[in-house]
Amino acid sequence: MIRLEPRPTASTAMIYIAPAAAILLSMAAGMGLFWALGEDPVRGIGMVFIEPLTDWFYISEISVKGTPLLLIAIGLSFGFRAGIWNIGAEGQFTVGALAGGATALALYDMEGLWVLPLMALASIAAGMAWAAIPAFLRTRLNTNEILVTLMLTYVATHILSILVHGPLKDPTGFNFPESRLFHDAATVPVLFEGARAHVGLLAAFLVVAVAWLTLRYHVFGFQMKVTGQAPRAARFAGFVQPRAVWACLLISGGLAGFAGMLEAAGPVGQLVPAIPVGYGFTAIIVAFLGRLQPLGILFASFVMALTYIGGEAAQIDMNLPNAITGVFQGMFLFLLLGIDVLTRYRVRRIPRRPAPSAALRGA
Amino acid sequence: MQRKALKLAALGLAAALIGGPALADGKTKVGFVYVGPVGDHGWSYEHDQSRLAVEAEFGDKVETTYVEKVSEGPDAERVIQQLARSGHDLIFTTSFGFMNPTLKVAKQFPKVKFEHATGFKRAPNLATYSARFYEGRTVIGLIAGKMTKTNTVGYIASFPIPEVVRGINAAYLAAKSVNPDVKFKVIWVSTWFDPGKEADAAKALIDQGADVLMQHTDSPAAMQVAEERGIYAFGQASDMKRFGPNAQLTSIVDNWAPYYIARVKAVMDGTWESTDTWDGIKPGMVGIAPLSDKLPADVKALAQQAIDDIVAGTRHSFTGPINKQDGSPWLKAGETASDGDLASMNFYVEGVEGALPK
Repeated sequence: MIRLEPRPTASTAMIYIAPAAAILLSMAAGMGLFWALGEDPVRGIGMVFIEPLTDWFYISEISVKGTPLLLIAIGLSFGFRAGIWNIGAEGQFTVGALAGGATALALYDMEGLWVLPLMALASIAAGMAWAAIPAFLRTRLNTNEILVTLMLTYVATHILSILVHGPLKDPTGFNFPESRLFHDAATVPVLFEGARAHVGLLAAFLVVAVAWLTLRYHVFGFQMKVTGQAPRAARFAGFVQPRAVWACLLISGGLAGFAGMLEAAGPVGQLVPAIPVGYGFTAIIVAFLGRLQPLGILFASFVMALTYIGGEAAQIDMNLPNAITGVFQGMFLFLLLGIDVLTRYRVRRIPRRPAPSAALRGA
Repeated sequence: MQRKALKLAALGLAAALIGGPALADGKTKVGFVYVGPVGDHGWSYEHDQSRLAVEAEFGDKVETTYVEKVSEGPDAERVIQQLARSGHDLIFTTSFGFMNPTLKVAKQFPKVKFEHATGFKRAPNLATYSARFYEGRTVIGLIAGKMTKTNTVGYIASFPIPEVVRGINAAYLAAKSVNPDVKFKVIWVSTWFDPGKEADAAKALIDQGADVLMQHTDSPAAMQVAEERGIYAFGQASDMKRFGPNAQLTSIVDNWAPYYIARVKAVMDGTWESTDTWDGIKPGMVGIAPLSDKLPADVKALAQQAIDDIVAGTRHSFTGPINKQDGSPWLKAGETASDGDLASMNFYVEGVEGALPK
């Protein structure tokens, strides 16, 4: 009989091995999947994970996909450390895109270097405001922030839809539900001519650095850690739980909102109902795959962006179904959580005890 | 099985092509971008059927690629660009939301030809095409007006864009012309493809008394609900009879094949030009599936007559006198709507209840 026993302390090595193992196992499982589909497994896995890295076009696109994932996941990681579960970053992303985009439209055709920063501020404020709702409800009424943040996502999507069908609709667009294209001063500049990688990537790197410093040197990072791991100890130490709830939700909401603005004013260039494409949810996987560590998240968001781009490439070059991307992302999380069990528990073989096992066999 | 064989063929072709430009071996590469899954049995499905027709027509002179379930957001531009970069000569982007991304990529790849469905922005290498689905709506509107016993027709609508509003108006005017008491109930589901939402809307409409359903969404979910509840429905984009053998009265069937074949041919011949095509029943872009045996002979005859008249050019779906919903006049007696009016239609005609979502 095999039993799982809690380890006295979590295995340090496993903490770092688990994500890498999850990725490698997913690739192995993916090869099995390609084989079952009648495709060449080596070619398939190469198409998804290697091919995109050999071409500057793909690398630029990986950064386009990775930037919002990185920003959102960094924001979420603070709360996840403290056991505050913001599942609705997608909604905060959407209101951020909306606020930033509405600002751009209100300032239509105005030139000036102040336009983009103003849009950024509007989007951060909007994301924070959206996340403040669950923070208020949790601290005052003790509601479950998982449900509230998640449900507010759908509200945000509908508000975006209502506004692009109505007040923000392109006046010359034949009633089609989309805003006009933002003017140049309200468009996020690209890093290289002809590619879509934009300066948002640099902002995201900056956020990673700040997060790393905060977790390492600032008392807030320590507080988050303790609040998550030992709530009672945190209370005795004088860390105020409501304040942590507010801080975590506002940080994650603000960063998600900012990511939304970068998306709307970057690769999209206008407001359309399809701006939210699931970054807020994928970022949850990214945060865990990155072990809630800023540098880990940097790596994880890159891997996750790679599966999007690689999955698309496989679809175009090998006519594989679009579900490939989702399958890989799902496997990452599933296998990571599975392997994680082994970081906290160890496997023990236990000699059979005759009576209960006989009874079990009979059952 | 067909899909499997195709995949193998595509794999072989892709392998053969690696390392060389597409035209080196004389093949014309054609790419298709779909908003839904090819298995939606509606809009994207029919585009894909027409893609297969292109392959059947030109055999090994052509190579086609498709990308399905492309969101109308930031990913569209990359997908289109990838197709352009990988040596495609002609690229069809088949949903309205691909308009701006297609235009952007078209500017970057002046030698590649682009075709965008249902949009209004063109460029020297970007053509647009759409179908006069409203002609089909007139036919099903007539049938619905005759077949409803509760005088209530349920309509599942996607987005309040001109194409959809036009469909509602055309169907209502036709139904009203044969049944003055008919009422239309419209539910907006804000999606092109979401079987769950579409089914919920169908159930809600039936609960509100509708006994005939129409839809401007892409899945056969409403047809299945109609079959279960024993009422009638019209298929959308594709013949949906197998989802509602008793329920389906007929379907509006999109048939892009003749257009796609002609455009691919034009690229091969070097005669391709940026055009704006808007074809209806007569050129065959809009088809009407076989009429159900449940229809009485006089209703069948009425529908057939309408089809014949539309083909002959003696019947236009929007022929005055027609007032707008608020009672203000739109078309004078005998006047027909201009294409410009139709392309930008953003109002209900008189008699349709409810307000257009803003």
